[in-house]
Amino acid sequence: MKRFSLLLAPLLFAASAHAGEVSVAVAANFTAPMQKIAAEFEKDTGHKAQLAFGATGKFYAQIANGAPFEVLLAADDETPARLEREQLAAPGTRFTYAIGRLVLWSARDGYVDGRGEVLKKADFKHLAVANPKTAPYGAAAVEALQKLGLLETVQLRFVQGENIAQTYQFVATGNAELGFVALSQVHKDGKLTAGSGWVVPASLHAPIRQDALTLARGRHNPAAGALLAYLKGDKARSIIKSFGYEL
Amino acid sequence: MAAAELAAVWLTLKLAGIVTALLLVIGTPIAWWLARTRSRLKGVIGAVVALPLVLPPTVLGFYLLVAMGPNGPIGGLTQSLGLGTLPFTFAGLVIASVFYSLPFVVQPLQNAFEAIGERPLEVAATLRASPWDTFWSVAVPLARPGFISGAILGFAHTVGEFGVVLMIGGNIPEKTRVVSVLIYDHVEAMEYTQAHVLAGGMVAFSFVVLLALYTFNPQHLGGRRG
Amino acid sequence: MSEIRARFRIDRGGFALDVDLTLPGQGVTALFGHSGSGKTTCLRAMAGLTRAPGGYFALGSEVWQDDARGVFLPTHQRPLGYVFQEANLFPHLSVRANLEFGQKRSRSTGGARLAEITALLGIDGLLDRRPDSLSGGERQRAAIARALLTSPRLLLMDEPLAALDLKRKLEILPYLERLHDELSVPIIYVSHAPDEVARLADHLVLLHEGRVVASGPLGETLARADLPPAFADDAGVVIETVLAAHEADALSRLDFAGASLRVGQRPEALGSRLRCRIHARDVSLALKKPEASSILNVFAARVAELAPTDTPGHVLVRLDVGPTPLLARITRRSQRELEIQPGREVWAQVKAVALLA
Repeated sequence: MKRFSLLLAPLLFAASAHAGEVSVAVAANFTAPMQKIAAEFEKDTGHKAQLAFGATGKFYAQIANGAPFEVLLAADDETPARLEREQLAAPGTRFTYAIGRLVLWSARDGYVDGRGEVLKKADFKHLAVANPKTAPYGAAAVEALQKLGLLETVQLRFVQGENIAQTYQFVATGNAELGFVALSQVHKDGKLTAGSGWVVPASLHAPIRQDALTLARGRHNPAAGALLAYLKGDKARSIIKSFGYEL
Repeated sequence: MAAAELAAVWLTLKLAGIVTALLLVIGTPIAWWLARTRSRLKGVIGAVVALPLVLPPTVLGFYLLVAMGPNGPIGGLTQSLGLGTLPFTFAGLVIASVFYSLPFVVQPLQNAFEAIGERPLEVAATLRASPWDTFWSVAVPLARPGFISGAILGFAHTVGEFGVVLMIGGNIPEKTRVVSVLIYDHVEAMEYTQAHVLAGGMVAFSFVVLLALYTFNPQHLGGRRG
Repeated sequence: MSEIRARFRIDRGGFALDVDLTLPGQGVTALFGHSGSGKTTCLRAMAGLTRAPGGYFALGSEVWQDDARGVFLPTHQRPLGYVFQEANLFPHLSVRANLEFGQKRSRSTGGARLAEITALLGIDGLLDRRPDSLSGGERQRAAIARALLTSPRLLLMDEPLAALDLKRKLEILPYLERLHDELSVPIIYVSHAPDEVARLADHLVLLHEGRVVASGPLGETLARADLPPAFADDAGVVIETVLAAHEADALSRLDFAGASLRVGQRPEALGSRLRCRIHARDVSLALKKPEASSILNVFAARVAELAPTDTPGHVLVRLDVGPTPLLARITRRSQRELEIQPGREVWAQVKAVALLA
């Protein structure tokens, strides 16, 4: 036993000296790309990213109340700005890591046409939208519908997901015929993974900027800085783009 | 309280009331069977009824969403009956809540029925009461504490339900937006004042319910009397 | 009245019941035995509460169970009354509602009336009370009344006094005797208390380890000397007597077939029927008529039979006093030295007489 621990000690020491850990709160819509990025990040730098996925609003409440996150990848740009104002973040670290694209999507093939004309027909019962009060994609969807002059007519058929992941579930299970989801949820390597969709033109809503920053607790963790730097690198950017985000 | 809050409170109470009534109707025969049977299926049925106690509500909610959806077995059934699908409807919420709160009604009832024992039922049989008659005139009155506990727990648990409603409700005002979902909404939107009003109300309500349960019905999970 | 036939065979691993009984359709039949003898199981099988596959039970021409022909009436369809060891009044009902529970549900017309039965059992003043406010004895009387109010054709009682203390027992026994005297319903009464049996029963069934070891009229069965040793300690006879005279020195004379007993003065009217119990251990034997003895009750008797007892040093002697049997428990040495053998004329001295009424 003693000999074993003597053998093991240098290994443990080496690991802790060169690699750090960083605790990251990640917006639910960025789950898939972030898992991929984190794996690459660990391979390339030796640092390990502990990922927690959830709604940005909930993360805000948790961070404000002392949750031990060191980096936040938000679903919007407002929450990081607010954290910065309230001195809950490391100043000067905030940047836009992805710009989300909205898609009107249905699990059924051929249900959503290439121009979103389906919204003008009245044959659907439920249109899934993320809660516009709390989810940036929901707010963008409402804005787009307003610009199209369709908000009044379709609003009564809204079913609200609490976040964009739940909104996707409503549509994916067929309970809602169609809904506004993040392109990253239904898109991979340049095409839709299933069903039919209409990528809502960026001109119909304010850009869905997703900002990242180092939180107050991560200020002195080199792994936190390393992760933000890695997100800006080419490898991460191409992963992000492959999931349907813009940059 | 604003109109949205009042609507949510009213909807919540309506949901809990209907669900409690349904649970007593459905839960009583299940509890009776579980309390009396010597069947080997007892363990299986008991475990199925108790599942919501251990399953995260979102898991239950997700499976209900899939099952009640257009491609699920329940959804297929309701569609073939011309009822459409159940998610995003009040009826769907009622059915999901019945599943979710079932153990909270069945278990106190089962305990109460078990506590009665064999003897009063035998006595009733020697006094010419048929099994059906015995059930209503002896078992149900003797299990009264179990019925009170079950009703209170079922009602309170439905009021406090969140995960399942979130998964299948769609947050539609006056149809599926209950108090717990509205609280979550307010928290997410950082509207902490409104959240506090509702959340404080929930805490007070839960406390009063449990206080009533422990004060008036101290053997709250049993049915032994006299 | 037609007879009762019961045939049950139950095998539950450690315990087996195997009985085939023909019982009188009137009076009180006692199922007597030690705990574990199967008497309660037998009673429950009669009521249909315990299922005895392949069993048979008939009350006269009414067959309640005949599995060979696929007949089995569930308990609630059998016109019987059942009194359990514990009163088991329904706690959610008043005494009156308890009594009416079975009365309402029994289909028989012109059934026993509430006032009559409650008066018979002395609970007419308790009808509006809750069961938990009654004493143990009152509760048990209410339970008996509740069973009687279903107008049963057969009353089954499972040690109804066993859970009560002596005082309560003495409180209830007179009511049970009144049932015996005033109702024509046959009663099957399970007990392990010899005094209760001697006092109440007309017919006796002795059960031992799930089997019937004796069944017959009470006096005759008790006087049998061939019972298993387990019963020998309680051996003794019950004699039906008539209060014949009050004598000097505050004594009363009780006549029975064959002789007379003298006991301390009785309050009953002349002509009353009184049951006496004489334990075998209270009877000693002499070859010559004892003189200058303090014992009053000495009878000329003839030895009928000898039997072993539970101890090797003793022997049980069955005597005939005229037509009335008597048992004596004496030592083997006395038996040898006095040459006590069947046919021998002896004098039986009775040291104690228990009056059962």
